[in-house]
Amino acid sequence: MTTDVQSNNSRVEQFLTFQLAGEAYGVEILKVQEIRGWEAVRIIPNTPAFVKGVLNLRGSVVPIIDLRERFSLEHCEYSPKTVVIVLCVENGANQFVMGIVADAVSDVLDINLADIKKSPNFGSKIDTRYMRGMHVYKKKMIMLLDVDKLLNPDEVEGIESLV
Amino acid sequence: MSIDMSQFHQVFFEECFEGLEAMESGLLTLDMGDIDSEIINTIFRGAHSIKGGSGTFGFTVVAEYTHIMETLLDEMRDGRRKVTQPAVDVLLGSVDCLREMLTAIQNEQDVNNASVAKHKAALEVVLNGGSVTAEAVSPVEQELTSEVVAAVNVVSDVVEEKSVELEEQGWKIAFCPYLDLLKTGNDPVRLFRELNELGELTTVANIQDVPAFYELDPEECNISWDLKVMGDISDGEIREIFNWVEGDCEMEIQPLVKAVKPVPVTKKMDPEPVAVATSNNFSPKPVEVKSKVVTETKKAEPQDSDNDASKTTAKASSIRVDTDKIDTLINMVGEVVITQSMLGLVGENFSMDKVGQLKRGLAQLERHTRDLQQSVMNIRMLPISFVFSRFPRLVHDISSKLDKKIALKLVGENTEVDKAVVELINDPLVHLIRNSLDHGIEMPADRVAAGKPETGTIELKAYHRGGHIVIEIIDDGRGLDKDKLLSKAIEKGLIEENNLLTEKQIFELIFMPGFSTAEQLTDISGRGVGMDVVRRNIQSLGGNIEIISELGKGTTIAIHLPLTLAILDGQSVAVGDETYIVPLVSIIESINITERMLNKVAGKGETFRLRNEYLPVIRMRSIFNVHSGNPTKSKEGVLVVVEGQGELCCLLVDELLGQQQVVIKSLEANYRRVEGVSGATILGDGSVALILDVPGLVRFSIR
Repeated sequence: MTTDVQSNNSRVEQFLTFQLAGEAYGVEILKVQEIRGWEAVRIIPNTPAFVKGVLNLRGSVVPIIDLRERFSLEHCEYSPKTVVIVLCVENGANQFVMGIVADAVSDVLDINLADIKKSPNFGSKIDTRYMRGMHVYKKKMIMLLDVDKLLNPDEVEGIESLV
Repeated sequence: MSIDMSQFHQVFFEECFEGLEAMESGLLTLDMGDIDSEIINTIFRGAHSIKGGSGTFGFTVVAEYTHIMETLLDEMRDGRRKVTQPAVDVLLGSVDCLREMLTAIQNEQDVNNASVAKHKAALEVVLNGGSVTAEAVSPVEQELTSEVVAAVNVVSDVVEEKSVELEEQGWKIAFCPYLDLLKTGNDPVRLFRELNELGELTTVANIQDVPAFYELDPEECNISWDLKVMGDISDGEIREIFNWVEGDCEMEIQPLVKAVKPVPVTKKMDPEPVAVATSNNFSPKPVEVKSKVVTETKKAEPQDSDNDASKTTAKASSIRVDTDKIDTLINMVGEVVITQSMLGLVGENFSMDKVGQLKRGLAQLERHTRDLQQSVMNIRMLPISFVFSRFPRLVHDISSKLDKKIALKLVGENTEVDKAVVELINDPLVHLIRNSLDHGIEMPADRVAAGKPETGTIELKAYHRGGHIVIEIIDDGRGLDKDKLLSKAIEKGLIEENNLLTEKQIFELIFMPGFSTAEQLTDISGRGVGMDVVRRNIQSLGGNIEIISELGKGTTIAIHLPLTLAILDGQSVAVGDETYIVPLVSIIESINITERMLNKVAGKGETFRLRNEYLPVIRMRSIFNVHSGNPTKSKEGVLVVVEGQGELCCLLVDELLGQQQVVIKSLEANYRRVEGVSGATILGDGSVALILDVPGLVRFSIR
């Protein structure tokens, strides 16, 4: 845990950071419902490869999305360290529960909103729509994801039609 | 000071609509020749309780209106007035009008004053002119009639006077003092006391602005009032009382006539029939007026049904449950608790010799759980009469509009179905019945010419069959003309000219969008939109629809629906490492096969020959891209023959696992619709299994 809040005057939000192919990513902690170990899922037919399948989460059926495949990173075998971060996604008035697969969970950071840098414009080559911004922590770059945009079911469908 | 009445509004409206339904069905069953006083009593009671309730809740418009209906019904009940068809028609119109009023009030909209006034006028015409009919019917009882006329006139006078009194001699005051009213030395209580001296005062306090107790400032006035003063009071007198507080409050003074102004209309229409009545001359004039009124009410009807539809969608969903059902449920829960504590005891100091006891306990638990599940599902079950009960009216109205003689027969009204089904099946049924009325049943003359009874029959029948409920609409009309359907379909380019279609496929044509055989459009049906919507609606409920018809003899439309939408009987099947659930209702049979029993067609599709019929085969492995499991195993597999949308089709799976009841969970709740899958469920081991959407799969594979 870390407590180095740089300024008390502006707003501070907590982010859960996790590892994915050696890079650090972060999501708003308020969106996180729970973190669980990887377990076998039921495949949903005819869906994009990054939708791994669905999981029974205490009676509700929750889709699981592999972020490595979502970001076209190299695939890696699931290990006991692999985690599923269950997130609450808002899409307009609707709420969805979805899980994302990450290599490992690392930390919870207090990040001053003023310290979030806008993600650079990479042109059309790299899609930065799902990025909330960047944050430098201990000289390492953390990419903060906008969960609502990343896991919007309509987006997931839209991606599928592109693939 | 007063109770917040709005908490009872929901119940009041529900009771009113129930009362209206009872009145409507009573009016429709009234037989002109032989009046059953019990039916009249039922109708009267309905009107009376609506009047009482609306008076209590301050819906004076409704109360006044029902009062007139009640007067008329009261005379019918006492035998002072003959029950005539025009009178019944006007009463039916009034029921509609009341429903409209109540709906408007429920949705907090303004009551349509013009239509209320129109219906009210119609009622009063009957009330006043009724003596003519009585006289015409029984000319012998001349002496009596004059008395009746007098009686009727007295009654109607009373009605008029009363309504005038209600309407003009009263004031409604919205009195909203500012916070510091008390500090200026004014006391609302004193004001009210003075008002009370002017006339009868009713007060309703609005206390929603009163803060919590510990925030309350005794020197502040947080209450506002709605006041009503009855009596012959002038505007000035009231203003005088409030003179003192003028700068310290917001107020609005309105005479109570605001809501209704039917009086001038009534007066205009009244003299005509009354004059006729007194001149003792039976002329067609009043009849003319009546029929005009009747047609007017008719015109208003399509609008009504529109309102109805919007009402049902807007209304918050609630359900009335038999206390018996709840008692059973409570019993069942008690049993489960007992079993649970018994199992707890067994588990406390468990030893191997208690295994038998444990097994017994578990078996008991299983039985109780199943019972519990069943009784909970039972609560959602409503008799189909909730839907059927509106059709006598529909048939009555449309058949008189079309000049056809049609009797409606209802069978199996007590068949219970899931609430969701009840709500969603209404529109498709209305459409199908309108079709039967309009296209199915012929004109009386044509029927006689065809050697059929003059009166056509439409039978609406509901019954359980297997895990389904079947609703049939049977008419003895002209039936579907196959050749006409075919030529029409070719003409519209819906099928190829030399297509060979089976009888069933030809009938299915009427479900195609844009298909209509009606020669002329009527406002009842025939625009060619509808049947496809009907089918889509029924399919969305997980049901299907089929047509059996014989030219000249009649048509039967059968709708098959699942009993409930929350639980289904499923057959679990294995495909590789995956488990899928096939709804049991769509399975015809299952066959063990080997690879070579399948025939390749044109190197692409595969078929299987089942008793001289070639059925298409869907390989679940390839259609769902399953690669896991032992692929050699699929050399041998199980063919599950399923029916979807009237088509037979085979699903090739690895093995059958077992049958079980599964609880349907929506995939859409957290994700989206997936083709070929209708939902998901959770198996005993906690894993998820997908439920196959058989009609969807059939469509999917054909593409």
